Amino acid sequence: MTPEAQEPAATAAATSGDVLRAEHISKHFGAVTALVDINLRLGRSEVLGLLGDNGAGKSTLIKIICGFQLPDTGRLIVNGQEVTLKSVDQARSLGIDAVYQDLALINQLSVYHNMFLKRERLRGPLLNNGSMRETARRYLNEMGINIPSVDVPVASLSGGQRQAIAIARAVYSSNVNILLLDEPLAAMGAKEAAIILDLVRDLKQRGDVSIIMIAHNYGQAMEVCDRINLIQHGEITLDKLTKDTSVAELNDIVVEEYRRALQERQRSA
Amino acid sequence: MSEATEQTGRLIGEPGGGPGPGSSITDILRAWGRLFARQREGTILVVTIALLLYFGLSNASSFVSQANAINLFSSFAAPIIIIAIGEVMLLICGEIDLSAGFIYCFAPFMMFFMNVYFGVPALLSIIVALLFGLVAGFINGFITVTLGVPSFITTLGTGFILAGLALTLSHAEPKTIPPATITIGKYLATDGWAQFIWAVALVAIFHIVLTRTRWGLYTISTGGNQLGAREAGINVGRIKYGNFMITGVLSALVGLQVAFYTNTIDPLAGQYQPMFYSVTAAVIGGTAMLGGSGTILGAFFGAIALATLIDGFDVQGINANSVQIVFGAAILIAMVANVQLARVRERGRT
Repeated sequence: MTPEAQEPAATAAATSGDVLRAEHISKHFGAVTALVDINLRLGRSEVLGLLGDNGAGKSTLIKIICGFQLPDTGRLIVNGQEVTLKSVDQARSLGIDAVYQDLALINQLSVYHNMFLKRERLRGPLLNNGSMRETARRYLNEMGINIPSVDVPVASLSGGQRQAIAIARAVYSSNVNILLLDEPLAAMGAKEAAIILDLVRDLKQRGDVSIIMIAHNYGQAMEVCDRINLIQHGEITLDKLTKDTSVAELNDIVVEEYRRALQERQRSA
Repeated sequence: MSEATEQTGRLIGEPGGGPGPGSSITDILRAWGRLFARQREGTILVVTIALLLYFGLSNASSFVSQANAINLFSSFAAPIIIIAIGEVMLLICGEIDLSAGFIYCFAPFMMFFMNVYFGVPALLSIIVALLFGLVAGFINGFITVTLGVPSFITTLGTGFILAGLALTLSHAEPKTIPPATITIGKYLATDGWAQFIWAVALVAIFHIVLTRTRWGLYTISTGGNQLGAREAGINVGRIKYGNFMITGVLSALVGLQVAFYTNTIDPLAGQYQPMFYSVTAAVIGGTAMLGGSGTILGAFFGAIALATLIDGFDVQGINANSVQIVFGAAILIAMVANVQLARVRERGRT
């Protein structure tokens, strides 16, 4: 554990205006410990980068915050209120929404049906496809996302297009104020990643959305994040403002982790 | 998929398929041609029309008559169509119901027991019989969704149980239709086109449910990407329960209709055949066995194609032993044509 972890650097910025606090969160899956004792906070209109190795517990944490899984212990405080998130719908009603790594898009449905999935517009008992189609087109235009047509099935789109649609869905179709992005830049070319990074910057400028973004590429994370948290083995081991840290420092920590893992292997061999 | 359903919706919305008055015959043909090429239902519609024409032209005197039309559409096609509606919904959300033909067998006994043994009024005992289908569907849902047994096994088991119950409770003897229910039976089945009218009405309703409502969207999502649907907040279990229950009620309805139509309640009615025909109709109509896509209109035409084969061979007087060979070959040819044309369509689109 690094000394920085004991003294969170960013206290100045936000203790007053935190939209989300997770305190002493732990989670086990059978014998596997995913999260040990997570303490995390997210300030108003802040972009928090969540970094860490594969299997460090990033996705599990996101799934707990968005109501998809319950933690074993610990508590969540959303806008000053302690809450128990039992469902995705409940989290959504509190303004928390997530874009998952596997995107939760339905390949067989059209772009606009996906964008409005679970929040369909209706005319009486029937779907108001016209209205959904128009609005989806307008939203995607506003975000500068180019797709052939909102009528095509999602299956026919590229990875970046799919990611953009998933984010647009989270941002536009609910009054989201806490947005969780699970590796939004994974498997994406530089050009497509730029679209997503721009999108995150735009959202930050709007000021009404706070974002937690899981990322693998430190450089990309530093581009848009205000603050960086590093998860190692189910614990947050670094909490620094982006301006107080660097790609080099983060790299050093991770290289150290690899080195230790390597030594352990050699010892046990 | 959605694009296809969109266009299906338009097809329904504008009978005539687009071309306005005054357009020449070639224009109309071309428009229809485009429509067929784009619709998954197009292929099976062409096959169905071809079959009707073949039997109509080769056996004009006996095939083209009011009596035979009623026989084909009402007594052969309608039961397949109505059960196929349920099976399509289930196949789309990734499940199947093998017990449909056994729910079909037991439902009229339910009506009989209620009316004759317990003195329940006719209409109410029919409603109880339909509710029995609902409950049977619920149990299929419970075992599949809540207890986690694959629906293939679940419904294999519940099917056997229902078959045994029908035989035991009836002492393996057919019953006659209770006289009090005969009037209602006319509206359900015995009046000429009644069964087919029910089938068409139900197809219209469920086509809209599948393509134009949340239920349809969530059914497609459940079969298309179950984890994704769950992450989006869709109650996947509820969708499956619901579709099992829809299939249960529809199977019970068909069981009642067939009992009224044949004027007997047979403990050996139904069995696996109605389910096999319905799933066949669904599949040759363009419903994938993998979940995530399917069409009720396609199953409707698929069922008529099967009924045309059954009735057509009947009328031609082909030896009953050889009919099954032709029947199987016809199914395979229809299937191959459908799959190959779907590939061509796919290529045309990209």
